[in-house]
Amino acid sequence: MTAPSINTAKPATGIPALLKTAFINAAIALVLFSLMIGIRTEAGSDGQLTYWTRFGELASLVAAVFGGSIVIELLRQWIGPTGTEKLVPPAVQSGLSFVGRYLAPALLIFTLLVPVIFYNQRYILDLAILVLTYVMLGWGLNVVVGLAGLLDLGYVAFYAVGAYSYGLLATNFGWSFWICLPLAGILAAFWGVLLGFPVLRLRGDYLAIVTLAFGEIIRLVIINWQSLTGGPNGVSGIPRPTFFGIPLDNSDDGLAAKLGIEYSSTHRIVFLFYVILALALLTNWVTIRLRRLPIGRAWEALREDEVACRALGINTTTTKLTAFATGAMFGGFAGAFFATRQGFISPESFTFQESALVLAIVVLGGMGSQLGVALAALAMIGGFELFRGLETYRMLVFGMAMVLIMIWRPRGLIGHRAPTVYLTKAQAISSDLVKEGHG
Amino acid sequence: MSGDKTSDKILGVDRLTMRFGGIVAVQDLSFAAERKKITALIGPNGAGKTTVFNCITGFYKPSGGTIRLAHDDGRVIALERLNDFRIAKQAKVARTFQNIRLFPGMTALENLMVAQHNALMRASGFTLLGLVGAPVYRDAEKHAIDLATDWLRRVNLLDRADDAAGNLAYGDQRRLEIARAMCTEPALLCLDEPAAGLNARESAALSELLLSIRNELGTSILLIEHDMSVVMEISDHIVVMDHGVKIAQGTPREVRDDPKVIAAYLGTDEDEAAAVMEGGT
Repeated sequence: MTAPSINTAKPATGIPALLKTAFINAAIALVLFSLMIGIRTEAGSDGQLTYWTRFGELASLVAAVFGGSIVIELLRQWIGPTGTEKLVPPAVQSGLSFVGRYLAPALLIFTLLVPVIFYNQRYILDLAILVLTYVMLGWGLNVVVGLAGLLDLGYVAFYAVGAYSYGLLATNFGWSFWICLPLAGILAAFWGVLLGFPVLRLRGDYLAIVTLAFGEIIRLVIINWQSLTGGPNGVSGIPRPTFFGIPLDNSDDGLAAKLGIEYSSTHRIVFLFYVILALALLTNWVTIRLRRLPIGRAWEALREDEVACRALGINTTTTKLTAFATGAMFGGFAGAFFATRQGFISPESFTFQESALVLAIVVLGGMGSQLGVALAALAMIGGFELFRGLETYRMLVFGMAMVLIMIWRPRGLIGHRAPTVYLTKAQAISSDLVKEGHG
Repeated sequence: MSGDKTSDKILGVDRLTMRFGGIVAVQDLSFAAERKKITALIGPNGAGKTTVFNCITGFYKPSGGTIRLAHDDGRVIALERLNDFRIAKQAKVARTFQNIRLFPGMTALENLMVAQHNALMRASGFTLLGLVGAPVYRDAEKHAIDLATDWLRRVNLLDRADDAAGNLAYGDQRRLEIARAMCTEPALLCLDEPAAGLNARESAALSELLLSIRNELGTSILLIEHDMSVVMEISDHIVVMDHGVKIAQGTPREVRDDPKVIAAYLGTDEDEAAAVMEGGT
């Protein structure tokens, strides 16, 4: 296997270089901290300046910088671009690649078993449903941002359209979840196309700003169209999903009664869990399929070079619109699910914060990578919950993590691109070559 | 040149003018490219060659003049009225770029598959048939892979099929871009400086490739080129431009001996130089 070696200005690797970097960093730290930490000054009792030295603290800080820079450099070389000489022992590397190969199936099996393992832990089940909702949203947005390279900051608009489509159709006409679900997707896709037409002439930053504005417009329309949406009061009393017509409650026609088992409110949660899992897997399956079809290749080509696409006779407008509509459709599905899970929706759930979170998941996971997005959703949503106890430090940790990821893995956790078609052997394409798209 | 509908002309450019604000990049340019022939468009830097190309391939909308493409079946298409992707899709004009525009993050094979987008889209029932894995689409995809493989073999890149296009050597990228353009099965292939940056051996291989495209497939070629060894060797007809106007045309030998061409390449003649000097002082 020939490793692609298009290595650009990468400094020399190896132990001496590593130590040299660490020494330089430690020296800089010594200079910086010698006055800031090494010497402490204070106004004395008579107003004179007193000072004393703190060499112990200084030494420990410099040592920390020294050690830290070695760790950082090791990490950088280990998870950094491919083709570089690695200092990490091959055994660890092969172990990691082994983990990488079986991570997706293992995660899937684990996810399938979550309701069995955590049957009595309602909190974990709720969290799992939340994570899966974001996995699905991430996968949906991945079509737009990761494949087609269109930066969409207003993805939450389609989530809202889906949620309100189901909420309003179900409360006004009494339609069931399974009829409304495709309708919510179709309506969201329709809005995607409608918004896409004027927006997709723009590129790059301009596109991002206009999509951001459209996200806000949808939210403001929902707030102000009181007669239809109930404005800030939202839509309440949205029916829960049924097991294909059989309600999941403790009535006589309920599923529990029909099966002759004792009713438990967990049944509904478990059912919801599998519904969102199925929806997320559908999103994943469709996306993987689409990537291997001409439309998916055109999306990726569009991300790589729009001018070349036009020269090859690809209608870039409709190609962008289909990406927009496909992503919006999945957002709509997720929205409908959100509505049925909550039973209540209001404009507060569809703020820019949500768009930013989903976009962060896609960017963090590695644009275009399905597994990366799932891992990022797990890390972000799960991480948020994990650090809930830390309150004030939560955002700090979150911000630090984002900065570190952007330094080490600017293309996200999984930046490699797998080819959609091959003659002899599918080789992962280094993230250095894959473009981010310009709008 | 308005009655330029004879069957041996594939492309007729008539009084083409392109202005950018007050700057006239191309003025009243008329020329024709013959079917199954290689026509070269040459001239010093800034002569307006790439502007002409961009007008023909729809990246610019000409300020004036007409561009007619006559297909084998007698269809005549007004290129100046079609815009961007339709020229490639409907008029079957393919192009390459001066600064290579491959899809660097996609493999060589994928690049050639993207080029067959329109045919594959139809076969996949605009994605629906493809999504359910209909046999119609499977066959079409197999056919597309065969065509791509064939072209990879022609440009001698078969062993690099699964490598990212961005990882290929410069000369390989140039040839892959030509292969990609040919995968759209064009009637007219427009090449913008295909030999730029190639060494002598690669230039010779390029000449051979272009001649085989003309002789074996009968595709008409229009090219801009600075490498005179390539131009003189393969061109059937040469059009020379300078400062946005045509200054000469003819066979390679005629053009080579034309004093106006020599003046354009080696500097302006003395009278004009004197006029410039006077204007400056």
